[in-house]
Amino acid sequence: MTEEIIIAGFGGQGVLSMGKIMAYSGVMQDMEVSWMPSYGPEMRGGTANVTVIISSERISSPIIKHFDTGIILNQQSLDKFEDSIKPGGVLIYDSNGITRHPERKDITIYRVDAAEEAGKMNSPKVFNMIVLGGFLKVKPIIRMENVVKGLKKSLPERYHNLIPMNETALQRGMEIIVPVA
Amino acid sequence: MEKELRLMKGNEAVAEAAIRTGADGYFGYPITPQSEILEYLMEADPYHTTGMVVLQAESEVAAINMVYGGAACGKKVMTTSSSPGISLKQEGITYIAGAELPCLIVNVVRGGPGLGTIQPAQSDYFQATKGGGHGDYHLIVLAPASVQEMADFVELGFDLAFKYRNPVMMLSDGAIGQMMEKVWLSPQKERSKTVPAWATTGKPATRDRIIITSLDLDPNGQERFNQKLVAKYNEIREKEVRYEEFQCEDAEYILVAYGTSARVCMKSIQLARAQGIKVGLLRPITLFPFPTKRLNELAGKVKMMVSVEMSAGQMVEDVMLSVNGKVPVYHFGRMGGIVTEPEEVVDFLKSKI
Repeated sequence: MTEEIIIAGFGGQGVLSMGKIMAYSGVMQDMEVSWMPSYGPEMRGGTANVTVIISSERISSPIIKHFDTGIILNQQSLDKFEDSIKPGGVLIYDSNGITRHPERKDITIYRVDAAEEAGKMNSPKVFNMIVLGGFLKVKPIIRMENVVKGLKKSLPERYHNLIPMNETALQRGMEIIVPVA
Repeated sequence: MEKELRLMKGNEAVAEAAIRTGADGYFGYPITPQSEILEYLMEADPYHTTGMVVLQAESEVAAINMVYGGAACGKKVMTTSSSPGISLKQEGITYIAGAELPCLIVNVVRGGPGLGTIQPAQSDYFQATKGGGHGDYHLIVLAPASVQEMADFVELGFDLAFKYRNPVMMLSDGAIGQMMEKVWLSPQKERSKTVPAWATTGKPATRDRIIITSLDLDPNGQERFNQKLVAKYNEIREKEVRYEEFQCEDAEYILVAYGTSARVCMKSIQLARAQGIKVGLLRPITLFPFPTKRLNELAGKVKMMVSVEMSAGQMVEDVMLSVNGKVPVYHFGRMGGIVTEPEEVVDFLKSKI
């Protein structure tokens, strides 16, 4: 099993930390993982993306051009990465701020309105965990117990009191993700 | 003690491994894409646990000369930087080589020349393997291709440096420095309580002065010293070559690549083999000493070799020397901080078949 994922959005949305939690969850499930950020002269409000690979085998290139799953969180990223998803792959996006919706017919598209849900939960910071929950519903490649272990490993101990809230967010993401016909 | 499993950036792995292997001192100056090494060490503050000194110097030049001083005292000392900073360190590096002192230098390479870019590149191969500074000398050059190797080569680097009294360079790049992977960390080792006999530690009445210098005004003496270095480098060439072969058994074509490019090539091989092209990878782990003999042997069994590097073609010259005309050798790779894509390597290979 190899899952090649791109997560892309605005800096500050928690793109890189979602990738890190995903990768750490993979480690907890005894998988091979790689986490490769776009690094550069970037800033808050600019775009950020990270390539996460989770595999049962040794990972070859951490830098790739085609992905099994795209998790897309703003318009620029949708424009940039929609064509990078492999035919038959999965695109998950948050419709918040999207003016041109994805158009591919040869992939499966899901919508997870995580920004809106995070607003309802009164907790904008769990936005990325709602998205991650949606991803895990569609691609249950990591067991929830290992995601929680991954969360614990990724978060500094002083934030461990926030883990139950993050679990709730993951659960909400699983509930609200919907396929787009 | 068991090894500890962590998810870390390559840069962080270097820093943590340095503490755990019992390094005595780190002297550095920040530069992207390796600043996390200094940042991690500053936050870890190992002086209060292992006694390891971590110091941000006023410049790269100061940092390498602190390494020179620490090494002359027989201490396990290191510095890290990225391409432009490594250029600044070259004077110190040649003096350390000329004084036959051990140390570890990590270069997390970015695109050049000049200030270039902050993205990954492999364009410092010549500088690392062919000298860099002036005079007839070699560094032992290790090329990690994973975060695990970033950690492992800290200990290996120090071992080789002390074994041969020679500076060791770990030649990494921005991609391996910035990416996170699983890494198994060795348990904490104690710092050495003793120093080698050659270390300058103050002269007791019981022995002669120890002088560490790279200066000999008598050309006969200098030539004898040069011959001693040549003999040392030949011993290193004989004993320390390290490489990995990947799907070479039935290969008709061989890609030669180190570091990030080697990882890219592993993916290219998967793609090419799906199209029926029998291709393998030879990944040099030591760039000096270079796996010359093995490449020459493989050249007798294959039709072509391609050196894949993120440069205008540097290692390709060593591949050509190794192959010595037996088969055609080409270079392929992107530059300027752009990482070569696996598909591009396959397309290039097909264009040459």
